[in-house]
Amino acid sequence: MDIRTRRAVSAVAAAALGLGVVAATATSASAAAKLPAGCKALTIAFFGAQTGDAGNLGVNISQGAKLAIMQYNAKKPKVHVNFIAFDSQGDPAQAPALAQKAIKNNCIVGIVGPAFSGESAVADPIFERVGLPNLTPSATNPALSTNHWKTFHRAVATDALQGAAAAKYIKTKFHGAKIAVIDDASDYGKGLADIVAKDLGNPAVRDSIDPKAQDLSSTVAKVKTSGATVVYYGGYYDAAGRLAKQLADGGVKAKFVSDDGALDPGFVSAAGAAAVGSIVTAPTAPVADIKGGPAYAKAYQKAFHVASGTYSAEAYDCANFLLAAIKAGKTTRPTIQKYVSTAAFVGLTKTLKFGSNGELSGGAIYAYVYQADGSTKGALIK
Amino acid sequence: MDFHTLTSQFGALTFDGLVLGAIYALVALGYTLVYGVLRLINFAHSEIFMLGTFGALFATRWMHIPVLGDPRTGLSLVVTIVLVCLAGMAVSGVAAVVLERVAYRHLRRRGASRLTSLISAIGASLFLQEAVAIWRGRNYETFPRFLEKKTLFTVFGADVRTDKIIILVAAIVMMWALERFIARTRLGRGIRAVAQSESTSILMGVNIDRVITLTFLLGGIMAGLAGSLNQIYYEQTRFNIGVILGMKAFTAAVLGGIGNLRGALLGGLVLGVVESYGGAVFGASWRDVVAFVILVLVLMFRPTGLLGETMQKARA
Repeated sequence: MDIRTRRAVSAVAAAALGLGVVAATATSASAAAKLPAGCKALTIAFFGAQTGDAGNLGVNISQGAKLAIMQYNAKKPKVHVNFIAFDSQGDPAQAPALAQKAIKNNCIVGIVGPAFSGESAVADPIFERVGLPNLTPSATNPALSTNHWKTFHRAVATDALQGAAAAKYIKTKFHGAKIAVIDDASDYGKGLADIVAKDLGNPAVRDSIDPKAQDLSSTVAKVKTSGATVVYYGGYYDAAGRLAKQLADGGVKAKFVSDDGALDPGFVSAAGAAAVGSIVTAPTAPVADIKGGPAYAKAYQKAFHVASGTYSAEAYDCANFLLAAIKAGKTTRPTIQKYVSTAAFVGLTKTLKFGSNGELSGGAIYAYVYQADGSTKGALIK
Repeated sequence: MDFHTLTSQFGALTFDGLVLGAIYALVALGYTLVYGVLRLINFAHSEIFMLGTFGALFATRWMHIPVLGDPRTGLSLVVTIVLVCLAGMAVSGVAAVVLERVAYRHLRRRGASRLTSLISAIGASLFLQEAVAIWRGRNYETFPRFLEKKTLFTVFGADVRTDKIIILVAAIVMMWALERFIARTRLGRGIRAVAQSESTSILMGVNIDRVITLTFLLGGIMAGLAGSLNQIYYEQTRFNIGVILGMKAFTAAVLGGIGNLRGALLGGLVLGVVESYGGAVFGASWRDVVAFVILVLVLMFRPTGLLGETMQKARA
């Protein structure tokens, strides 16, 4: 496709979005499997890390989305859907160029992602500009929904809820504890840590580490001096595991509490024996306990030869919502955007029905405790 | 700013800084040796260190040490540590010699400028990183814990832990041995001669290729030891583990006076301790800022580094 038609297509897309209802009704009347120009099939893309420091988290999410699409295509539907993954390495610096690449491919009619908050902040405005609907199963920074983006949808509870729940958990489980709050200076980690620090009031230690650094001894010394009995860390599994290990080796006996970014087997391999008994909070439900969960978990295991991970099931839901739109005859960005913004979809983890800011209403947060065999046990934080 | 941690944990911060600094110093030796002889910054040296960490890791896998097994004790522990370090040193030593053959020798023989060698070094560095990333993946691999991290005793609030004491002692013994080797042996004299004047050494019958190979081998062995000790201390590695550490070690070499062996030791230890204090006072994310501010300040007043001499002048 040459640049002129590409421009024309995006102009039409933008116009359709602007006209809202009129355009949507017009297309839905004549949309019986009419695909965007030059496309033999539609594409749903995953946007997020496949490699890099937090690569495991991204792989979990993309595989959840991929499973939904594999199951959809296995039924030989009228409109075939391809899957593509844009590997941002979770890096906000790489996200804009990849987002540009995604919007230029007009066969891409929906995005599962971006996976993390930092990359969402820079990629979402680009999707918004052309009206490409995106459903994130995992970017939890609360500020994302305050931008009046119409194409932004979040299928998970935010950090505001998670941070508050983590603070509540620490308050009730470790009553009167002295707390150290540490983060990795990322949008996500610092955002959560700030909420926990504020809710618990005056932490004994407030420090930020460089998540790429090997040596965290000065932070260990700080925690030791303070005599903290609970350490909260906002960040991802790699550095979280390293910190938990170096704290334990340094003789700090404090309970280690972290976030959904540390709900990953990578935490156990980095922390070693120090992982046992560590607690992470997450808005993702324990798959084994939900209706239809075991069947999904079995299919996931069969497809990828690993167990379903953090946000795999949420990504599966996001992709299925987009697929439901396609099944309902919506085959263009504006029609799918309208469908996911207005319809309700009963997914595996919850019912997806987005408000005008793209958020679900309410949301449950779970606390997971790492067991000696490296598995986790999750329970709802009440 | 948090001076309370600095004062109450002064001993611990100093000791931890020295341990970190010992690893910096071992890697810094490689930069300084090559610079002293060839006037070349071997930017791929950080990847030689990285390969050493993998050498140590594979040694534990050949010995079938489980990641979460019981710690070893007594003779079996000593043998394990020695074998792991030897494996790291062997891998890095060989890699450094191969690197010199592939990336530098042809350029040197054809009289290419130093800038060409510098680009060749950066290319080799990226090549090694990406090759290991493709081969091993981009995630961390965990090094097994066979050494119990037990606090032996406490001095001025510093926990003297088994792994830390092994790192400090091993690093200092190896540096002393290297110093003696360069100062006392025939081969060491060759290195000093080439460092003083390459052309004169050739006229005097020094086999310059052999001396350069030896220089890279020694630097590689030191980096390999650093890689093995780094594994014992931090217990994880991956393709880009050398990047930041290499930058720090290079800084340490410049801080101490590049081309000067004792300078590398002093620079490494000073940098490690300054980082440790800086992290405690300004917060962990500021430690690199503090370290580089100190570097700039030192260079403002002593442009050639703390000890400032080059290898040929030091203990000729």
